[in-house]
Amino acid sequence: MNLSTRYLGLDLKHPIVASSSPQSKTLDGIRRLADAGAAAITLFSLFEEQIRAEQESVDFLIGRTTYSSAESLSYFPQSAEYSVGPGEYLELIYQATQAVDVPIIASLNGITEHGWVDYAKDMVDAGARAIELNIFFLPVDIMTTSQEVEEQYVRVVETVSSAVSVPITVKLSPYFSSTGHMARRLVEAGAKGLVLFNRFYQPDFDVEGRVVQSRLDLSQPSEIRLPLLWISVLFDRLHCSLAATTGVHSSLEVVKYLMAGADAVMTTSSLLKHGEGHIATLLTDLQEWMSSHGFESVEQMKGSMSLKNCAEPEAFVRSNYLKVLQSYSGHR
Amino acid sequence: MLSEKATFMNQQAYADGLESADSKPRTATIDGNEACADVAFRVNEICSIFPITPATSMAELADQWAGEGRMNVWGTVPDVVEMQSELGAAGTLHGGLQAGSLVTSFTSSQGLLLMIPNMFKVAGELLPCVIHVASRALSTNALTIFGDHQDVMAVRQTGFAMLASANVQEAHDFALITQAASLESRIPFLHFFDGFRTSHEIAKVTMLEDGHLRAMLDEELIFAHRARAMSPDRPNMRGTVQNPDVFFQTREAANPYFDRCPGIVQRTMDRFAELTGRRYKAYEYSGHPEAERVIVLMGSGAEAARETAEFLAEQGEKVGVVQVRLYRPFDVGAFIDAFPKTTKAVAVLDRTKEPGSLGEPLYLDVVAAFAERRSAASRPSITGGRFGIGGKEFHAGMVRAIFDELRKPVPKNHFTIGIYDDQGDTHLDFDENFAVEPDSTHAAIFYGLGADGTVGANKNTIKIIGDDPEFFVQAYFLYDSKKSGSQTVSHLRFGPTPIRSNYLIRSAKFIGCHVFGFLNKMDVLARAAHGATLLLNCQFGPDEVWSRLPRHVQAQMISKRITLYVIDATRVAKETGMRSHTNTVLQTCYFAISGLMPREQAIAKIKHSIQVTYGRKGKEVVQRNFDAVDQTLANLHRVVLPEKLDDPSRLPPIAWMDLDGAPDFIKNVTAKIIAGEGESLPTSALPVDGGFPSGSAKWEKRNVADTVPVWNAKDCIQCGNCSFVCPHSCIRTRLLHDSLLDNAPAGFESIAIDAKGFPETRYTLQIYMEDCTGCGLCVDACPVRTKEKASVRAINMVEKDGLEIDNRRHLAFFETLPVNDRSFVDFGTVRGVQFLYPTFEFSGACAGCGETPYLKLTSQLFGDRMIVANASGCSSVYGGSLPTTPWSVNHEGRGPAWATSLFEDNAEFGLGMRLSADRQMQLAHQILGKLSLELGEVLVDELIHSPQRLESDIRKQRARVTALKAKLTTLKGEKAIEARRLLSVADSLVRRSVWIIGGDGWAYDIGSSGVDHVLASGRDVNLMVLDNEVYANTGGQSSKATPLGAVAKFASAGKRSGKKDLALQAIAYGNVYVARIAMGANPQQTLTAIREAEAYPGPSLVIAYSHCIAHGINMEHGMEQQRLAVHSGYWPLIRYNPELVEVGDNPFILDSARPSVSLNAFCENELRYRALRYTQPEEAARLLEMAQQQVTRHWALYERMAQ
Repeated sequence: MNLSTRYLGLDLKHPIVASSSPQSKTLDGIRRLADAGAAAITLFSLFEEQIRAEQESVDFLIGRTTYSSAESLSYFPQSAEYSVGPGEYLELIYQATQAVDVPIIASLNGITEHGWVDYAKDMVDAGARAIELNIFFLPVDIMTTSQEVEEQYVRVVETVSSAVSVPITVKLSPYFSSTGHMARRLVEAGAKGLVLFNRFYQPDFDVEGRVVQSRLDLSQPSEIRLPLLWISVLFDRLHCSLAATTGVHSSLEVVKYLMAGADAVMTTSSLLKHGEGHIATLLTDLQEWMSSHGFESVEQMKGSMSLKNCAEPEAFVRSNYLKVLQSYSGHR
Repeated sequence: MLSEKATFMNQQAYADGLESADSKPRTATIDGNEACADVAFRVNEICSIFPITPATSMAELADQWAGEGRMNVWGTVPDVVEMQSELGAAGTLHGGLQAGSLVTSFTSSQGLLLMIPNMFKVAGELLPCVIHVASRALSTNALTIFGDHQDVMAVRQTGFAMLASANVQEAHDFALITQAASLESRIPFLHFFDGFRTSHEIAKVTMLEDGHLRAMLDEELIFAHRARAMSPDRPNMRGTVQNPDVFFQTREAANPYFDRCPGIVQRTMDRFAELTGRRYKAYEYSGHPEAERVIVLMGSGAEAARETAEFLAEQGEKVGVVQVRLYRPFDVGAFIDAFPKTTKAVAVLDRTKEPGSLGEPLYLDVVAAFAERRSAASRPSITGGRFGIGGKEFHAGMVRAIFDELRKPVPKNHFTIGIYDDQGDTHLDFDENFAVEPDSTHAAIFYGLGADGTVGANKNTIKIIGDDPEFFVQAYFLYDSKKSGSQTVSHLRFGPTPIRSNYLIRSAKFIGCHVFGFLNKMDVLARAAHGATLLLNCQFGPDEVWSRLPRHVQAQMISKRITLYVIDATRVAKETGMRSHTNTVLQTCYFAISGLMPREQAIAKIKHSIQVTYGRKGKEVVQRNFDAVDQTLANLHRVVLPEKLDDPSRLPPIAWMDLDGAPDFIKNVTAKIIAGEGESLPTSALPVDGGFPSGSAKWEKRNVADTVPVWNAKDCIQCGNCSFVCPHSCIRTRLLHDSLLDNAPAGFESIAIDAKGFPETRYTLQIYMEDCTGCGLCVDACPVRTKEKASVRAINMVEKDGLEIDNRRHLAFFETLPVNDRSFVDFGTVRGVQFLYPTFEFSGACAGCGETPYLKLTSQLFGDRMIVANASGCSSVYGGSLPTTPWSVNHEGRGPAWATSLFEDNAEFGLGMRLSADRQMQLAHQILGKLSLELGEVLVDELIHSPQRLESDIRKQRARVTALKAKLTTLKGEKAIEARRLLSVADSLVRRSVWIIGGDGWAYDIGSSGVDHVLASGRDVNLMVLDNEVYANTGGQSSKATPLGAVAKFASAGKRSGKKDLALQAIAYGNVYVARIAMGANPQQTLTAIREAEAYPGPSLVIAYSHCIAHGINMEHGMEQQRLAVHSGYWPLIRYNPELVEVGDNPFILDSARPSVSLNAFCENELRYRALRYTQPEEAARLLEMAQQQVTRHWALYERMAQ
């Protein structure tokens, strides 16, 4: 049985990729993921904003206390420059590429043009085989138009892809008026892959303490619907790789995503929940399913249920909505 | 005998050195401490250190360099070891020397005193080494951190040789000369230079290369040192016990070594001159070759004296100066030979004070030297004088005054210069304005706020200009004693010739005033030269600024023909993305308008410096700074000044002293010190024994906060949390009867009391805005979120501008309201405590200080009967620094009696107070017994036997003492004598509450043995350890309280060992009440613990978690950090109450719940932990993991103990 696939021009031994998660924050974690059989590893994101915030915090905390008293001209050792930068992240990429033989995909969340380009270049220099752009821009300013938001995405992809030699993939937001068109524009701008979709931190309220809390819950299998829809729609219509992420807890979701047209299937939540060893379970179950259903290769499955290849393409458009409602009332 | 061989053996190194000398000399713009440490580090193998101002940075640099792997000239990285005290540092130095290494230490003042016992040993054993001292005054009637020679003069009898540096270059050079001379002579050396004046002065120094160092240090001598060292392979005994038969002879046996030493020093100096071209003499004369009047002195004062003497000599005055560099062993011959034969009158200046002596030590030595070497007829007249004590200025005008005095037939002897001694008439008058500086020197003064970037920018400026081979530079910085809203003054000099005027600038061509409000507070233009330029940073534009200037400033500007420039640096910085960093903007202004160099060239230099400084941080940061430079020039405006004073009706300036109703001392003395006029106070105005009035802080309205809290009465639930956590006692509440509101000023707010049983009673809360530092802890502590807006609380920060006048009116009324009766207040709850009068208020501690809320609370609970022994450290600085002190008195005139002794002896000091209080109570009991008939048996019995645990008990006892005093005054005859005896101790019948307060540096390190001993004494003392886990006062050095994994100075790679569990140590005694508290996590537990500790009749130890700016946190959330410290299990809240044993309970109570967050959740918010992650991420992770394990183990232990 041939499980191999190609994602971003990288030959993967199978389609299951460890997605950005706390597990890839340490070299040990990366080793464990590779040992457990991940076909590729996307590192956790380097957040430019975080780096800036930390640098500002360091500048503030040191600046506020320096040269204010004759006895204590400073409060921290001068030896350390406390230069907060991507050094730790880049070192991790480098160490990871030395330690494991699966491709390491770096993930970047920038906020300035300098940030996007400089950090992307640094990541390539450190050994990243591809870069995932984790673009997240929440337009809370109600004067910002959708065009402006879209332009910003396109500009980032253009800038980074022209600055580095490795493939760029974009972890996409589902919140576009025309997701398919946006996907097309990003590919035209230079993206070699799309990851569908990003799950964003959304606030919750603690009504007792009356404070806003931000936390990210693990995804549920039911959440695969939205990416499944759009992978199916985009399959074979854009010159790029497609990766599915969100809701992959069992081989069933892997099968569905592959059938929709994904070149790679990413998982975070299930690995956090069950440990890295779950990759082997997913693979075994995938093989069993393929074998019991007579599939010989992943390639065979890819896109077999996509908008282009499925038996009922109308299910992807409005009539699908009506149908769901009917079946819902039918159950009652 | 060694030297011949040594010179032979050293030929190669010496040739290398000459080669170094041939290459172009490298210069650096550094301060005296760095200049000295740079050499000391490279010529030693071990540095045993302990922080003490102003020597600390030498130790810090050594530690830093060792951390960076910098090597000494023999290719090894010196071992830098922080000890628990200078006593420990000296012991380690002694042992290291005995075992054959090259060991040094850096110290000052009290630290040097702690080294004395070992210094006698080291010198007695002829162990070569150098201790480098930034010399400083000793603590006598008061402590001062500033320079004089009291410390070094206190060790002149130890047998150490003593060599004095007078400037930064000498501090560098003599660090080497002393090391070489010590190795050759075997005499240990004290190399000293004046604290602050030299240790902190920044100047351009020609650096010694490793080649120079190797050339000067004969390795053969090091071999010899090692060969003499202790070794089991060739053992001998050191430190024997001797008897009268031989001890005397052994003391005399080493004389030849001391005799040879001065010759060795001079030869070493000569050899140094061959290598470097810088020639020094042990006793150096300068001035007129036929001088008749000569001043003798040592240290930095010699620079000013020599410059002045040379200036006067050029004008034909026959004056000169003999600078003493080698003070011990004193070379009489070389000294006498230094004088011109024409000398008729000599004034010897000592920078020290020896009360009761015939004269100060240098004077006595000079008298003896002339007496020994010159016949009575050929001797000059010799007078002695004192100068520069405690960092007092010494400038050209004073030098000339002394020369003028020497003209008199009988010059004043034992004079003082620099003060006005109206009591003893010892002073000499001098001319403040006499100047000898060359016209080519450019002098500039900058006024700024601490940490506002002014000093940093000036340090940068001095380096930029110092790098220019055409300029010599000098910079010196002044800071006031406050830790929040402190003022800084920078004195910068530049010139084409070496700068020798090492005193504050008298006449500046440029004044930078970076805070507009200073114009109201101080005489910013007092030191401005005629025609000087003033740069004002303010929000007012060129058309508006004139009308905003105080009248006296306008007058000065017109009379001095000042050129005025204005810039709104805050706005420019903000607009160019520099946020609050105004340093680049203000530095650019200076370069652009000072005229120091052509503007284009100056700007290019700034930009080059920006590139070098920020290049590493990325193009964008550099660009942002470049933008700031460019925008500065566009926003810098020259103001055309009118010829006449402006007379608009302007807003009254903010009062910064409110002296209405102040005692005379405050008006006549304190107010002058606040106003910066302390120099003018005569000796008669000041206390003779160090006693100052309590409660002076309230008269100084510092107005350091831009934003202040405002009470939202409508939503307040009267919980008292805000008042509880306020570090500066700026939030006070009172309950008042409705009727009292009749005269309330408009806008005075109050609400109905939120409790039953108090009819017609209202609650009011007042903010002392002008004393507030704007820390925001109160807002963070407020539990209220208003119903309509979750962002609004019952107390909220707002811009202060415009609120002051109403606030003053409200406070004036508030202070007329009756203070709530203590007997009505529930002491047991946080809610109740808010109504207790604080007798610790408005300290100069950092905004958001984590220590002071504990002190304020203690003062509220026990202030009226409290005696405080306070260890040196932050709490003694914000607690006792002039001009004003926060320890105060209540409406009855009672309050804490506060004193400091030293850093190391505080527990013992406090025990003495306990013993004394007990003694007096015992005496009172004894006399009461004798007078029982006259006073009434019931009263006497109650006075002696009534319980005094609760506040109500105390109130009753006070009433009894009042009754007793009334009766005592009526007694007659013999009984009257007993009555007087009893009256002298009657107050002590009210139980004294003795508090021994200090930081972790004291309790865990330097005072540890005393703490241990006092806890073991069983006496009723209360030790409060304000544990901020670091030596914060000296700038954040590691202590044994510093936690595992945190970065601190002397632990720059993260502390590798865990924090000492002081609580468990004390619990081990079994009869000590112990509590570990954290106000931010559980205020109620804090209150309960402090009350229990005080009530416990034996020793108590309260360890209080104190968040601190040295943790690198946002101080606004300091209390939240305390909460996380507890919730992560890092700081378990405990109480150990031995009294519970008696009732059969477990005395160990664990007051906090099981950890609910990871240690990382606590650490993540603190730079002290994060810092290591930036530099050594893997090590940071490893240490954090270890720390988490430690917390888990520790918690398990505590849980077992609590079961």
